[in-house]
Amino acid sequence: MTALAPVEAVTRAEGFDHVVVSFVGADGYPASVAGEFTCEPHAATITVGPIDPASLPVDGTEVCLTVSHIRPQPGIGYDERRYVNLWGPAHVDGRILSVTVEQASGWDEADVPFFEYAERSVPVAHDYFSDVGARPHLSRWWTFFLATRLPFLTATIVPIALGGAVAAYDDAFSLGWWLLALVAGCAVHLGLNIANDLFDDASGADAANTTPTPFSGGSRVMQYGLVRRRSLVWACAACYAVAIGVGVFLAAARGWELLALGVVGVVLSLAYTAPPLRLVHRGLGEPVTAAGFGPIMTLGAYFVCAEQWSGPAFYASLPVAILIALVLYVNQIPDRLGDAAVGKRTLIVRWPARRVQIAYAAAAVLTFVLIAAGPALDITPWWTLVALVTVPMARSVYQGICANYDQPYALMPAMQTNIGLHLFTGLLLVAGYVVAALV
Amino acid sequence: MTDGILPAPVAALLDVALVSELTVVDGSGRPVTYPLIPLYDGTHIFMTSAVLFSRKLRHIKANPRVSVALTDPVGVPAEPFARATIQGDARVVEDDLHAGWEELLPLWRAKEPVIDSFVKKRFGIPLFFERSIIEIRPVRVQYWPAGDTSVAPQVFELTGAGR
Repeated sequence: MTALAPVEAVTRAEGFDHVVVSFVGADGYPASVAGEFTCEPHAATITVGPIDPASLPVDGTEVCLTVSHIRPQPGIGYDERRYVNLWGPAHVDGRILSVTVEQASGWDEADVPFFEYAERSVPVAHDYFSDVGARPHLSRWWTFFLATRLPFLTATIVPIALGGAVAAYDDAFSLGWWLLALVAGCAVHLGLNIANDLFDDASGADAANTTPTPFSGGSRVMQYGLVRRRSLVWACAACYAVAIGVGVFLAAARGWELLALGVVGVVLSLAYTAPPLRLVHRGLGEPVTAAGFGPIMTLGAYFVCAEQWSGPAFYASLPVAILIALVLYVNQIPDRLGDAAVGKRTLIVRWPARRVQIAYAAAAVLTFVLIAAGPALDITPWWTLVALVTVPMARSVYQGICANYDQPYALMPAMQTNIGLHLFTGLLLVAGYVVAALV
Repeated sequence: MTDGILPAPVAALLDVALVSELTVVDGSGRPVTYPLIPLYDGTHIFMTSAVLFSRKLRHIKANPRVSVALTDPVGVPAEPFARATIQGDARVVEDDLHAGWEELLPLWRAKEPVIDSFVKKRFGIPLFFERSIIEIRPVRVQYWPAGDTSVAPQVFELTGAGR
């Protein structure tokens, strides 16, 4: 509940149908009675009645007046949830009770969405757990799912699939080596997701963020007390150990040039949020993400199959690189207040809303220009033009970030579509290469 | 309609109530009211509270005397409409915050079937589904037929009920 000034609280109360008067009776039990009411906001006064006199408190008793509203939505739950509690001494005159409000609090989900309300209440939960000597619990699978942010593995699967597809087009695909590249890529991605949480927790960025969404604000497993920091450190180290181990094996088996690519990838993934570089704090999160989840992964996957570098594979990775950078870019919009509070100066923090929106549109246009130009320049096969069918998705995301820039939860559909834009565009590029390889 | 210790018309209100007003007494002796969905098994009224919104639980543990009011024609879609206030003694059940409250799911589901889909997605907002149970033993009921509180309520003393 948010504290409200008495005049504001009474003004808010005006829109409700009835009020509940609650007070502590002589027997120590709370008593409640509902009634019609009128408001005088300028005097912060509410008058209730007529009510059976025996159901009213004695004059001078402190009462809690409550107005509340919900709208049941069959199959969904409720919406339009709002309520106000107003306290003050009762003045009782026969069947009429009036209260000049001295203190008030309330919640209106139109002002503070439920998820933000819940997030702001996390410290209350921790106090309660401490009182009763308990810890929150989630199954191991869901804890792993949350802590690693598993669904975001699409960001790795797409560029590695693309590298394999280009290799197939060049008649150099090797399933076994490609699978090992996929394992290394997934391991480093899961490791960096956990590292990102560890460093954002240490900097206070995640704690300062009261509007996390399923797509932004980190996994929050530490903020919720679901996982201890030490466990995450071990999990992070294990992921990186797998990635480095497989990477070194691949380099030894397929060519030591690969090691340079792997080292750059690992260093960038850690430098993203880790001090001293903390690249995302310097507004470099997007280019780092584009490099790591674009050319580095695509070229790496291509190399382990073909044992050589490829200019067309590099070019093919560029649309995917831009789109994954745009996923990060849009997902940072709801995080910007928390990020700014701890000095995490992402592009979204640095730029005004309109510039953020225009830059999104420009980057999306560049993505599709690259896709369209590839066959014209004889770099990519004509079949890859099928990826242009996702243009409307980009347009939808742009409209979403323009319409809901300041509303984190209303922005969620645009964030989801943006993730889909990367996934489907990438998979269609892969499909284009595969078809071209087969025909 | 749920049979039990409460007068039939009051039980009928509880059976359909999607929201009630739970009033507790805080540490300074002041009443504090919270809108919550009430569940009734014929003996006790049950509510659940997420640990996120657990101040009410502290108040109840310090002072177990509470009241539950059924007042809102939208939140209590009974035909004919009526109003009631049930006073009682509350107990907080908090020995298994993760799963203990799930024993109330059959009562909850009967009133709000969508709860099952929320529970399946509990990983999305895990602390909301770490919950304590508020178990209320009714001791007195005030009942206003037609919801008209300008007239004296019918009063039912339930001494010994639910013990």
